[in-house]
Amino acid sequence: MADIKSKGNTYSKKALDYFKNPKYAGDMKNPDAVGKVGNPVCGDVMHIFLKVTKNKIEDVKFKTFGCVAAISSSEALCRLAKGKTLEQAEKLTNKDILDHLGWLPPVKMHCSVLGAEGLHEAIRNYREKHKKA
Amino acid sequence: MKTIYLDNGATTMVDPKVVQEMAPYFEEKYGNASSTHHKGQEAKMALEEARETIAKSIGARHDEIIFTSGGTESNNIAIKGIAFANKKKGNHIITTKIEHDCVLNACKWLESQGFKVTYLDVDRQGFVNPDALEKAITKSTILVSIIHGNNEIGTIQDLEALGKICRKHNVYFHTDACQSYTKTELNVKKQSLDLVTMNSHKIHGPKGVGALYIRNGVKITPLLHGGGHEHNLRSGTENVSGIIGFAKAVKMTSSGHVRQMRKLRDYLIENVLKIPETMLNGTVGDKRLCNNANFSFKYVEGESIGAYLDAKGICTSTGSACSSRSLEPSHVLIAIGLKPEEAHGSLRITLSRFTSKEEIDTLLKVLPGIIEKLRKMSPLADAGSGW
Repeated sequence: MADIKSKGNTYSKKALDYFKNPKYAGDMKNPDAVGKVGNPVCGDVMHIFLKVTKNKIEDVKFKTFGCVAAISSSEALCRLAKGKTLEQAEKLTNKDILDHLGWLPPVKMHCSVLGAEGLHEAIRNYREKHKKA
Repeated sequence: MKTIYLDNGATTMVDPKVVQEMAPYFEEKYGNASSTHHKGQEAKMALEEARETIAKSIGARHDEIIFTSGGTESNNIAIKGIAFANKKKGNHIITTKIEHDCVLNACKWLESQGFKVTYLDVDRQGFVNPDALEKAITKSTILVSIIHGNNEIGTIQDLEALGKICRKHNVYFHTDACQSYTKTELNVKKQSLDLVTMNSHKIHGPKGVGALYIRNGVKITPLLHGGGHEHNLRSGTENVSGIIGFAKAVKMTSSGHVRQMRKLRDYLIENVLKIPETMLNGTVGDKRLCNNANFSFKYVEGESIGAYLDAKGICTSTGSACSSRSLEPSHVLIAIGLKPEEAHGSLRITLSRFTSKEEIDTLLKVLPGIIEKLRKMSPLADAGSGW
């Protein structure tokens, strides 16, 4: 915490790099699952799209309305989730996103939480669909 | 990477000629203006000349100006100083929903001390309705405080009309002129003003200096007690070098600069509005600060726009919640009727007399691409106009 506080309201280099050049931003054709979290009134909306093959996250994309923290958290989440099994991905938390980015400004912590929620929501959506099928 | 500074509503570059004017007051003319020896008197003379410059610029007398540490302090003295000194007359203050935080928070604090505050609404362009002001005045009203040029959306209030009402009802009238000072007419007599907040760092002067006009005869109490500086209203050794810089900055302003900024502002607005689903916040023409433009871009978030612009060396600001400490969208944008999601997508661009057309052209070249890139990333854009 002391470390995060000392960074004030700045972003890590990694967060800024992810924000400027996100590899996982954009649409996905026929996703197997979608996780939609956030609210435009609050200023963050995150949609996470998954392609799942043999219980593994084969591909992942995001579409996010939000600030640098929201977009870089989305990108970090996709990088962390890709290639993982659903069980492994379910265990990812906002702390993993934070650790991956280095840090976020203290007031932006909720963006990393939203990222983890988006992924979990997408996995829930996948399991629901899968159950019905 | 060359910096393009378009955040002059936050602060401005100190004019090199201002720095030059200040320089002797550090190592050579360093006297304390309260000292009776020649070093002190040298500083005192310069201080009083500066006071005269500020007074003249708003049609006031030199003994009606006190120097402060800036806009926040001037606003605090005006509001709390009037409230404390006029308690016997009443406990009601009228202000607006679009004031700077230092006015709003001073008023909120006074509410905790037993004062009553009315926060007037504004219309879609950000104007206060003079009739609404008149209706809000009661027998216990002691002060009306209304911002002159709004710091976010640039709307300039009709002080003359508002001032007449205050005078008619014998209520003190204060305006926060931090953004408007030297950019549009400010005349304490014509506009029936009792108190005016001014500052230096928005007009190419140094930071940490401001002034407060207090009309002779106004009942006010100081916040800082000490050696009795500034007519007993603001104790503390005067920041002579800063004050000299402030006065020089005032002298360097001109109506030509205002016309030049207004022309560039209108060119900027015209071209930014070519981006689809973009709107201008505030009003147009002479009733908008000559250096202010404020836009809302649908489906995208302001801090992100600002961060992409910053990556290209362009400094701007936003009213988005994400950029504020409170995570609340701008109270000014909400007061003019924007939905929170529209306020989140706002970008403020503020010019100075040093801003060139080439700089605006560079911004216009990169901005449409940034908005497009962010919209491609935004799930809201898919939903269309329904946000």
